Amino acid sequence: MAGTAVRGRLTWQVATVGAVVDETPAVRTIELDVPDWAGHRAGQHLDVRLTADDGYVAERSYSLASAPGEPVAITVERLPDGEVSPYLADDLRAGDEIEIRGPIGGYFVWPWQEIVSPLLLVAGGSGVVPFRSILRHRADLGSTTPTRLLYSARSLEDVIYRAELDVVRNGLEVIYTLTRQQPPSWPGRAGRVNDAMLREIAWLPSQRPIAYVCGPTAFVETVATGLVGLGYPADRVKTERFGGMGGG
Amino acid sequence: MDALDGNAIGGLLHEIFGMEMTAATGTCANCGAVGPVAETVVYLQAPGTVMRCRSCTAVLMVVVRRAGVNCVDLSGMAALEPTAA
Repeated sequence: MAGTAVRGRLTWQVATVGAVVDETPAVRTIELDVPDWAGHRAGQHLDVRLTADDGYVAERSYSLASAPGEPVAITVERLPDGEVSPYLADDLRAGDEIEIRGPIGGYFVWPWQEIVSPLLLVAGGSGVVPFRSILRHRADLGSTTPTRLLYSARSLEDVIYRAELDVVRNGLEVIYTLTRQQPPSWPGRAGRVNDAMLREIAWLPSQRPIAYVCGPTAFVETVATGLVGLGYPADRVKTERFGGMGGG
Repeated sequence: MDALDGNAIGGLLHEIFGMEMTAATGTCANCGAVGPVAETVVYLQAPGTVMRCRSCTAVLMVVVRRAGVNCVDLSGMAALEPTAA
């Protein structure tokens, strides 16, 4: 341990806000210019630290929205009672500086050790953010790994990255389910993800798929339990929970 | 405050252990369950940070920051093995 302690040092540094893109009325993507960025893997995070004038410090973890090799970007959903997200989603402007550290995490990352395993991505709300990184990375690699993204959102207006997700890509299927409101003659699915929907959409366990599930805690519990019930080994269902509504 | 999971404290664990720990394998001292740190149950405002076993809910780890120093109680873990980098 002693010899490796310095290897992965994680230090706070100042990042400069670049382009800011509104994704939905409540969500925006923030590009960050980070002077000393070691490069990241698809699915990793960074931490944001905000310090108030009185010295109060708030830290939150955000999934990286960009693929490896792309400029660092996070996608933030504004939570009405959040400590950090309203500042990031409303007040931050290009040229502003914020403290960050990263990249962080080595569990919820893709590629996994078996790159050819069919990939099932299940997102609830802004849980889709790490999957944008994974799908962009998959495209960059020229991967044809059979991939399904099941994305649960409240309404079509709440779907993040829709224009990008609707681009047809080799071996990729994107399935939306809208839980609260569907447009007239909506051809997609409606309602929350449940066992029946998983049974229709998930790869068969015999195909040795690997599943990534990201979203609010209750959503992740439902999906992960459902997949294990379908026969997915628990160690092939990777989960990431961000609480009641979002990351704060 | 909802329960999160070990992914949410990847930065804090990296700060404490000096390396990536969400993919590390922990063993619960209470029930013997073995699994990745990322899959543990984590409460961020407990007060302090509390990690619990997903199988038996026993406390695995408590981190309290006092005067800028992280005080770490790992007595709930029988083992904690980082994955090879």
